[in-house]
Amino acid sequence: MSGIPHDHYEPKTGGEKWLHKRLPVVGLLYDTLMIPTPKNLNWMWIWGIVLTFCLALQIITGIVLAMHYTPHVDEAFASVEHIMRNVNGGHMLRYLHMNGASLFFVAVYAHIFRGLYYGSYKAPREVTWIIGMIIYLAMMGTAFMGYVLPWGQMSFWGATVITGLFGAIPGIGEPIQTWLLGGPAVDNATLNRFFSLHYLLPFVIAGLVIVHIWAFHTTGNNNPTGVEVRRTSKEEAKKDTLPFWPYFVIKDLFALAVIMVVFWAIVGFMPNYLGHPDNYIEANALATPAHIVPEWYFLPFYAILRAITFDFLFLDAKFLGVLAMFGAIAVMALAPWLDTSSVRSGRYRPMFKWWFALLVVDFFVLMWAGAMPAEGLVPLISLLGTIYWFGYFLVILPLLGVIEKPLPRPATIEEDFASHYPAKPDVAAKPNASAQPAE
Amino acid sequence: MLKSLSLSTLVIAGLASAAIAAGGAGKVKDKNFSFEGPFGTFDENQLQRGLKVYTEICSSCHGLKFVPLRTLSDEGGPHLPEDQMKAYVSEFPVNDEASNQHLMDFEEGELRALTPTDHFPANESLGAPDLSMMAKARAGFHGPYGLGINQFVQGMGGAEYIYSLLTGYTGEEKEEAGVILYENTAFPGGWISMAPPLYGDDVEFDDGHDTDLSHISEDVSAFLMWTAEPKLIARKQTGFVAVFFLTILSVLLYLTNKRIWAAAKGKE
Repeated sequence: MSGIPHDHYEPKTGGEKWLHKRLPVVGLLYDTLMIPTPKNLNWMWIWGIVLTFCLALQIITGIVLAMHYTPHVDEAFASVEHIMRNVNGGHMLRYLHMNGASLFFVAVYAHIFRGLYYGSYKAPREVTWIIGMIIYLAMMGTAFMGYVLPWGQMSFWGATVITGLFGAIPGIGEPIQTWLLGGPAVDNATLNRFFSLHYLLPFVIAGLVIVHIWAFHTTGNNNPTGVEVRRTSKEEAKKDTLPFWPYFVIKDLFALAVIMVVFWAIVGFMPNYLGHPDNYIEANALATPAHIVPEWYFLPFYAILRAITFDFLFLDAKFLGVLAMFGAIAVMALAPWLDTSSVRSGRYRPMFKWWFALLVVDFFVLMWAGAMPAEGLVPLISLLGTIYWFGYFLVILPLLGVIEKPLPRPATIEEDFASHYPAKPDVAAKPNASAQPAE
Repeated sequence: MLKSLSLSTLVIAGLASAAIAAGGAGKVKDKNFSFEGPFGTFDENQLQRGLKVYTEICSSCHGLKFVPLRTLSDEGGPHLPEDQMKAYVSEFPVNDEASNQHLMDFEEGELRALTPTDHFPANESLGAPDLSMMAKARAGFHGPYGLGINQFVQGMGGAEYIYSLLTGYTGEEKEEAGVILYENTAFPGGWISMAPPLYGDDVEFDDGHDTDLSHISEDVSAFLMWTAEPKLIARKQTGFVAVFFLTILSVLLYLTNKRIWAAAKGKE
């Protein structure tokens, strides 16, 4: 891969040379694993590994669950109980898969907000960002369809509400909805196609993840300063970076292990905490739950969907809500072109910092509003939250670049790293990374 | 700022979802059960007493169709000796019309081939809900201000809901559209169509345990928690093993990481 200059794989033994001439797969693995990585990455750069782990966990547990699951409206609910009661280790598999989805979204939100704060979306990493957004959309689709499969009350009514959104498109909405559902209402055809797609999409995501990694391996990682790795020579690049293996692999695995402690505590001791009790009631088309809510990770966007309660021109409120919901993700995807600031990292942007903090607060407020019944102050709060979400991307990001005076940035990553870890006087003489300029 | 983001995501998401689950306005009492919290386990004797209450009273209207009968002798459940389990199971008719309504061919007026079930029978005679997962399909006492703190520590509290419902009748009745409704402080909306099923002293226990309303309600609530979550003890044990070894792994990886980075950070 191109990008930061570094040592490439050299086949040594006869066997390696033979294979390398025919298929340079070892070289590809070597270059991927030994990629020069900015040495000042902080703990917010661990979510990539967590996300990769989540994808693997969901695919592995999901494949085994699919061996015991029956995608039929009469048997789906009972087959999930069969997994919980009769399949060896089935209850753990299912709880891991269920809570694995939550961990997946905790990690993806942390990953996205890290990118937003440190300007990881800015040139030349726009393609990485866009692919990431597509992965995020595919994750939401997969999670939504997966939630329908147990065929509980929330599965059924969630599917009814969300597919109903497509029915809000003027003119062509209803035929689209019928086509998606495979009939006039959520029924066996819907369950079957959701099962099929829920199995397919994770592999599409896996493919996109490879492209995502390929893209940022081409540009190199961003880092907390937003200052690029020097790449005029291999020697200079080496002062700013350390190889991914072992430095970042071990660091990331440590972080993953700590997260796993929390994750397993949740799976072991409170596996139903993040779920909804109504989903332990079998789907019933004749009984609507008192309060239909999506899973927690959809709540901010669900709040945006419900925030529009007024018709505008010839468009009705429901359709506007749908536009707002998809628009909220679209404006996020357009961040690389909306942000006019020449400074990448939020660390050196005194005004941006506060607007960004407010965006994070806004995200949680919307999450809360999405969980509440739409009455009292909730619709107003949702609307204000929605306005800020769009305002941040469409107004604040373009304006800040013009009016903000950024703070001085370190000239190099080496300088930033050294300011965090000043060399001790007695060891400064030793030949180490920062002492090399003398050569 | 970003460091605490992910943790707070989880906590807020949890609180938000627990708060929804807790909605419904009924008043659920904070009853202590042996299976609450990470260390809680089922009390075998209590589950056996609960089974008796279910069999003699609840089962006349409610089914447990998702619960395999053999699990009555599973460890971590009522743990009936095998001969007792078999004796209990032999009480269920398998080839009579009454318990095989779904196999009736109403046009021909005869039964289709019967398959004996290995599960508790379903009971839809009065349209009462199946109780297999009832303790997970309801949420219970959620702590102050609906924050869900109690649920975070002690579990979702479906058993508390069932206990509160069984002991929540006020004795008031009213008739609405030809149906008699009974006032109940735990039921959302306050009026339930189920007549008070328990009054106290409805059953006799072989172990001489108290049979007042509160005690039998507690026993049957615990039993229904087991029918909803039969692998609860096994799950918590897995949780402990996983948390224990992952903690050790974390410490080892922490030390490895520190050692690897020491040179780069100028600490050697």
